[in-house]
Amino acid sequence: MSPAPLLSVQDLKVHFDVTRKRLFGGTPAIVKAVDGVTFDLKPGETLGLVGESGCGKSTLGRAVLRLLPATAGRVVWLGEDLHSLDHAEMQQKRRDMQIIFQDPLASLNPRMTVGQIIAEPLSVFNPDLSGTEVKNRVRQMMAKVGLLPNQINRYPHEFSGGQAQRIGIARAMINNPRMIVCDEPVSALDVSIQAQIVNLLMDLQHEMGMSLIFISHNLSVVRHISHRVMVLYLGKVMEIADRDSIYANPLHPYTQALNSAVPIPDPDLERQKDRIVLKGDLPSPLNPPSGCPFRTRCPRATEICAQIMPDLLPAGPTHHVACHHAGPRER
Amino acid sequence: MSVADITLASQPEVKGRSLWADARHRFLRNKAAVSSLVIFCIIVIACFGAPYFGLRAPDDINWELESWGPPNLELGYWLGTDGNNRDLFVRLLYGGQVSLLVGFTATMVSLVIGVIWGATAGFLGGRVDGFMMRIVDILYSIPFIFFVIMLTVVFGRHITLIYIAIGAVSWLDMARIVRGQTISIRRREFIEAAEASGVSRWRIITRHIIPNCLGPVVVYVTLTVPNVILIESFISFLGMGVQEPDSSWGTLVSEAAVVMEIAPWAIIGTGSMLAITLLSLNFIGDGLRDALDPRDR
Ligand SMILES: Nc1ncnc2c1ncn2[C@@H]1O[C@H](COP(=O)(O)OP(=O)(O)O)[C@@H](O)[C@H]1O
Ligand code: SF4
Ligand SMILES: [Mg+2]
Repeated sequence: MSPAPLLSVQDLKVHFDVTRKRLFGGTPAIVKAVDGVTFDLKPGETLGLVGESGCGKSTLGRAVLRLLPATAGRVVWLGEDLHSLDHAEMQQKRRDMQIIFQDPLASLNPRMTVGQIIAEPLSVFNPDLSGTEVKNRVRQMMAKVGLLPNQINRYPHEFSGGQAQRIGIARAMINNPRMIVCDEPVSALDVSIQAQIVNLLMDLQHEMGMSLIFISHNLSVVRHISHRVMVLYLGKVMEIADRDSIYANPLHPYTQALNSAVPIPDPDLERQKDRIVLKGDLPSPLNPPSGCPFRTRCPRATEICAQIMPDLLPAGPTHHVACHHAGPRER
Repeated sequence: MSVADITLASQPEVKGRSLWADARHRFLRNKAAVSSLVIFCIIVIACFGAPYFGLRAPDDINWELESWGPPNLELGYWLGTDGNNRDLFVRLLYGGQVSLLVGFTATMVSLVIGVIWGATAGFLGGRVDGFMMRIVDILYSIPFIFFVIMLTVVFGRHITLIYIAIGAVSWLDMARIVRGQTISIRRREFIEAAEASGVSRWRIITRHIIPNCLGPVVVYVTLTVPNVILIESFISFLGMGVQEPDSSWGTLVSEAAVVMEIAPWAIIGTGSMLAITLLSLNFIGDGLRDALDPRDR
């Protein structure tokens, strides 16, 4: 039997009302950034969250942490719906959940020293801790994420992007949380540094046992770190499966397209591989296509796709896909 | 911990270079700003140190001299006498105490109220913001001089009224500036990071938002002080401010202006004191702006 989920997201919807306020109403406009997403996260598990930019990944990550209000649905954390807690109760839960951002420097207060930044979550939940104790814990954490502890009094602008991201990771880890949402933590970094940061997160997860929701627009980045991968398109789940099945046997045409865009290190294989080039751009989220949202760019789209949104159905023991014509790619 | 970790951990801590330290460095390289700061400090020390320099008392009347007499270096009347045969230079220093004090207090009031008001409105947003900023708009729409006249009519002439009147209006601009800053800072990710860490709203405002909008605030403060001094002078010039035997730069300039033709040295002396103070504060403000926000140059 699988362990009880840490987090259970049920039919979560986050809609933004972007109606331009005019004197006489104006046409209502709603962006359905997240539209009926359901998934579980087990303790110690990493869920990769993939999709093109603008498809709702960050919105989903923030709504899970209740940094954004949910329009509908539930975010159940250890049996409690986070979105029904009052402010004080929610603040208590924040000890166990954290977030790491895409732009490491923007996520650090430029007026605070590294020590103050990393110590903040610790002091919020342990106000009685002595100054020396806080400092010791911060120094230990810095060493753990690969920063020199003697840099504790430096300011964020004195660090490189990769180091700044380590500061962000140290801040997220200092309270030993049970879940961290990593919102494209390596997308803004040099390719050479991306692997270091991903490996650091994996090492820390191994040591401390927290769950991760690892967001990326790039399927290959999440491959290494994820146990399961969820593919999102215009706020809806297209496919969710174990890491191995999603890379070896993607069943959704969108996943297959994302997968074919991943470069293969071997140049011979790379040349043989025929890419599926995605036609056109992401449709406007203000006016999404009827039926299946992917149909405007899907090579397999038929009439039914324009009429009915396919349900997310099981395609294997650990594999779910939302497509009327799901199946392996024909060569 | 491995041996390597222990040696690393025991290395001396490196001192960081804060944005404030950077700004101080840039400010100190700005000659106009630094000399203005020196001049301004000399003026402040001269005014508030006047009682300890062994000078004449400001109400010391010398019957030997004529009123509005010319400068007399032998007797130490550097700017001559005023209309009541008193040492004009000494009165200028004592008057400076009032003017500078009004300038500082009113600015401090505007700073405290304006920063808290603006940061709260900008951070909370929505209806609270709308309500708080409407109050600012309403106060803004009251003509200032009308407000002062009302106060003097109701409460009579008193120096405290000037503090209240100036303090009540000068925080409005500050609140608007801070609110604008807050709204732009609020969208930055480090605020969201603090929210995600369970940091309270009050602490987010005081630890994250206010320190990051202090740059424009500091600049605005250095521009508010001369403004307030000028307003006070104006009110006193109109005869609604400081009363005899006290003086301020405003009353002294206004008295000297009347006798400009028979005693030009009086208006030149009092006027330049006021002008030098205002100018040096403006140069300091410019220097701070360049130092705190180097991109804007
Ligand atoms: N605060 C907001 N107000 C209105 N629309 C928003 C807001 N935040 C995000 N959106 C919209 O929601 C959609 C999803 O955005 P986002 O979650 O940031 O996507 P991703 O992280 O996958 O790039 C986008 O179309 C974006 O424009
Ligand atoms: S449902 Fe139709 S349009 Fe959507 S992905 Fe499947 S085949 Fe393509
Ligand atoms: Mg995003």
